[in-house]
Amino acid sequence: MNVVVCVKQIPDPAETGKLNPETKTLDRSSKLILDESDSYGVEMALQLAEAAGGGTVSLVSMAPNNEVSGLRTALAMGAESAVLVSDDALAGSDALSTAKVLAAAIGRTEPDLILAATESSDGYTGTVPEQIAAVMGLPSVTFAKSIEVGDGSVSVQRQTETGYDSVTCPTPCVVSVTAGVVEPRYPSFKGIMAAKSKPVDEVTLADLGIDAGAVGWAGGGQEIVDIEEAEAREAGEKVVDEGDAHERIISFLEDLKVL
Amino acid sequence: MGISSLWVYGEVVDGSLSTMTTEMLAKARTLADDVSVVIGGDASDAVAAEAGAHGASTVHATGDLAGGLQGVNVAAAIAGAIEAGSGPAAVLAGTTYDGRDVAARLSVALDAPVITNVVDLEVDGDALVGTEPVFGGTTNVKTRFTGGKAQIALVRPKSFVAEESGGGAAAVAALAVPDTGAAGAAKVTDTFEEQSDGPKLDEANFVASGGRGLGDSEKFAMVEEVAQLMGGAAGASRAIVDAGWVPYSSQVGQTGKVVKPDVYLALGISGATQHLVGMKGSKHIIAINKDEEAPIFGVADLGIVGDVHSVVPKLIEALKARA
Repeated sequence: MNVVVCVKQIPDPAETGKLNPETKTLDRSSKLILDESDSYGVEMALQLAEAAGGGTVSLVSMAPNNEVSGLRTALAMGAESAVLVSDDALAGSDALSTAKVLAAAIGRTEPDLILAATESSDGYTGTVPEQIAAVMGLPSVTFAKSIEVGDGSVSVQRQTETGYDSVTCPTPCVVSVTAGVVEPRYPSFKGIMAAKSKPVDEVTLADLGIDAGAVGWAGGGQEIVDIEEAEAREAGEKVVDEGDAHERIISFLEDLKVL
Repeated sequence: MGISSLWVYGEVVDGSLSTMTTEMLAKARTLADDVSVVIGGDASDAVAAEAGAHGASTVHATGDLAGGLQGVNVAAAIAGAIEAGSGPAAVLAGTTYDGRDVAARLSVALDAPVITNVVDLEVDGDALVGTEPVFGGTTNVKTRFTGGKAQIALVRPKSFVAEESGGGAAAVAALAVPDTGAAGAAKVTDTFEEQSDGPKLDEANFVASGGRGLGDSEKFAMVEEVAQLMGGAAGASRAIVDAGWVPYSSQVGQTGKVVKPDVYLALGISGATQHLVGMKGSKHIIAINKDEEAPIFGVADLGIVGDVHSVVPKLIEALKARA
């Protein structure tokens, strides 16, 4: 059971994000951390490998400046190795370019299962896992609540608007894991120490055989034409509870005639 | 100039087009000369009538998918039509479980980008321009297609208001699904409906949502009780969904549902930008939080600086006393 998990290293969501005024893309020049959304995929992969009685869990990531700090977090959780794609030509890559690059990096191994989050916390396009599957010509199941590995296939409970679908999918395939469905383990001290010496294979576009003109800004097919401040909503009244705040809420609701 | 033909990916829920679909149709008919709906499945007379009433000329239907997933099959069908010269210049899909799959698969098939999380659309020359809110909706980024390929946009729910335009029933046309090979091998074997009382989260007029300030998972019952007493639905911040207290389907925010109820009551939610995107379009917002500096107060019409554990039980008693 060999599982590849796609992970993204993002600016700390606790910091206020900003746009690079020159490129009009998210500024990712600060220190990057593991996107919390991806910790569920890593945990799921580790659990599936354990349940299968063995196999490897490896990581694939694309990031500027050979950033590895987020990868080290996932390695400390228990993943064995990582492939990191870093190349200046990737600046400005949209979801489709990202998927092409990740697909090429994943293609260097022969995984049974490729896991990803349903969407990243910073760009949140929510299209990359399905695009990776399409680029690789593989089947896919998005928004998994649970995954069970069978003989040559996986059974997935897939989130729907009204409940879930049971989906059977032959492997190899791509599955995106919904946040909150497993409890990501905290890296142990031993895990953190071990992560420092785990292999991170740093590759460029040339290593993957991808033409720089097909990705990044050059491959976009779209341009940002305007950035504007959105209309701000104004704050109303703020009161400190003196034990009667519930009455204030009731009268507010009465004034709105919803009570 | 302009968009000659635009297809809206239609989702059918309980035999009718979803609200997401009719919202997109309301906008689509202002953008293109001809608007169609494309569905993965059979088109009933009711769906054809509804699509027509909302401005579509045609419903392109793939027919029964025999358990195949919407994304791979509908995308292959649209790409096939485009290749045959009978397809659209632009495709809109909703930011839903299946809508994202359709847009993603289609983008690879056409080697064309997707503009995502769109809350508004306009036409510039023969290209669509999509507006995407970033940083919790404080900034809007407008992106224009330049590639000369079919233009694919993923639209956020509640961005447009669904409204009938009074057209007659749409024509139904069969849309072939080309062989999807190994990529189409996933099959739905069973469907489960989760029981839920009261209105759906994204359709409710009243929403009470809970966050980390609740302290522990059992306290979410308070949120549900307020929602129930008000005839509304209960939602959650990402923090407590990630913690596993409540399922993802309850999540309000950037990664989750967009809600625009008459009244939104935020209980123990700090108001991270991630959350604000999903609820700040609500007509009226009430927030209770211990931290008077919490960002949620910046959008609240009534902000209560206080402890949810003391205010909410009293609120529940007061609501019960009125019932």
